[in-house]
Amino acid sequence: MLKRILLMMTAVVGAATLAFAQDPSGAETLAANPMAPVDYVWVLVCGFLVFFMQAGFAMVEAGFCRAKNATNLMAKNVIDFTVASLIFMAFGFALMMGTDYHGLVGISGWFLHGESYDVGKYLMFFWQLVFAGTAATIVSGAIAERLKFKAYFIYSLAVTALIYPIYGHWVWGGGWLSQLPFGIGHVDFAGSGVVHTIGGFVGLAGAIVLGPRFGKFAKDGKPRAIPGHSITLAALGTFILWFGWFGFNPGSTFSAHQLRIAVIAVNTNLAAAAGAAVAILLVFAKTKKWDVGMMLNGCLAGLVAITAPCAWVEAWAAVVIGAIAGALVVGSVYFWEARGVDDPVGAVSVHGINGIWGLIAVGLFADGTYGLGTTSEPLVKGLFYGGGSGQLLAQVIGAVVCAAWAFGLGFVVFKIMDKKFGVRVSPEEELKGLDIIEHGTPAYPNFYNYNN
Amino acid sequence: MKKIEAVIRVEKLDDMVEALERIGCPGMMITRIEGHGRQKGLVEQFRGREYKVNFLPKIKIEAVVKDADVEKVIKTITDNARTGEIGDGKIFIYPVDNAVRIRTGEKGEGAI
Repeated sequence: MLKRILLMMTAVVGAATLAFAQDPSGAETLAANPMAPVDYVWVLVCGFLVFFMQAGFAMVEAGFCRAKNATNLMAKNVIDFTVASLIFMAFGFALMMGTDYHGLVGISGWFLHGESYDVGKYLMFFWQLVFAGTAATIVSGAIAERLKFKAYFIYSLAVTALIYPIYGHWVWGGGWLSQLPFGIGHVDFAGSGVVHTIGGFVGLAGAIVLGPRFGKFAKDGKPRAIPGHSITLAALGTFILWFGWFGFNPGSTFSAHQLRIAVIAVNTNLAAAAGAAVAILLVFAKTKKWDVGMMLNGCLAGLVAITAPCAWVEAWAAVVIGAIAGALVVGSVYFWEARGVDDPVGAVSVHGINGIWGLIAVGLFADGTYGLGTTSEPLVKGLFYGGGSGQLLAQVIGAVVCAAWAFGLGFVVFKIMDKKFGVRVSPEEELKGLDIIEHGTPAYPNFYNYNN
Repeated sequence: MKKIEAVIRVEKLDDMVEALERIGCPGMMITRIEGHGRQKGLVEQFRGREYKVNFLPKIKIEAVVKDADVEKVIKTITDNARTGEIGDGKIFIYPVDNAVRIRTGEKGEGAI
């Protein structure tokens, strides 16, 4: 997709980029295209919103986990973006968006240096960086309350230097998935797969290697609830993410000249609402209680699912996609718990499973009114709109590859670390909480006790 | 002298302190406790899974009073702590051998 967006960028923004190769001041870009500023501002403001989603993830995870691990969760959510910024600048961006090498990987633009010292390149770097940060930070929820900080540091390196950018290249950097001979190739508008399925399945690998937290399963193996310490923070985090998604999806047009942004914003919101509604109703049917925690998960599930199809579907389809996501997240939470996987915040269900659903939904609901960040051919058309099964097939292939790649590499990374130094904290540390022993700083010193 | 130990609802604390001071109860001690009575705890829910909370937060009030004041204090506590619902709490009454005011060394009912 981004290959085409690149082409579009060259057309809309950067006739000058081609002519002069690099334009660090932006003067030549502006002279060649006086319309460029609105696009630059659009992409940057949306990028700032996506950056703010880091805060959303931090609050959701802190709220859904216990007070004794809150400092640790803050540390992880800060360090992954810190590592992502530095590593993505050095290697990740080049691997993802550099000159394509046989459809596998990008090989130019290291360290944002030389030819990459250009306003257009920097704009794209910033956009891709905040997405990489999002993918990285999703994992911290699935492995919460028991992973050594050192292991998280190393994991952050692996995901932003290799796992995320290489898969990202296959879809957005002109790699082999975007060139599949079905439909118009595998497409993922804003990253249900590239960002969320990647994050969710690396998280699944981490959760499996780590094993469940103490007390998550009774002696007979029955799952037990470990209530988080603040639904207030979790709800705030969800609102921040919901808000941030209005940058995440509409900003993925990479141009304010694409008025489709209005459709994308509406679809994004509708899917979130439908996901939240279905999740809370389903749990109510089961327990007769209005479960806010699951409603928050349902809202996020709807957002994840609409991320890939947001630009290609109409309102009713966004509602259906979000509603199915709300049901999927409830089923998935129970499914993984029944299999002994402990995912404290539901990251695997929200991001992993619904990322796959979002990719598949493109192949079903895309209505053929919009293309890859362009209003001209080729347009994306799914099964229900007479597009045949080609696009659906491309979506399924991409989804399978995405889950396998993320889970496989994630598993290897966590397993190697486990063999070398053990990824899990000591039992004593887990019971007392990671905050004091790992960081020396309780999150709430005046309210601290070992039980919650 | 008797020690009156009352376990009451957390939200009744302010009313209780005010009522006890109004009838001239000389002093009291407050402890925030957790516990359960005959109805046990309650079932809460987190992200679609129910769990049992065995102990609920309660307030324990302790006051040592003159024998003559016991019934009055008990009545004040029951009047103010009662909602009529399960979980209103309980009152226990213990005999007290003696009391000493540390500042003066005074003993007996005059020391409380």
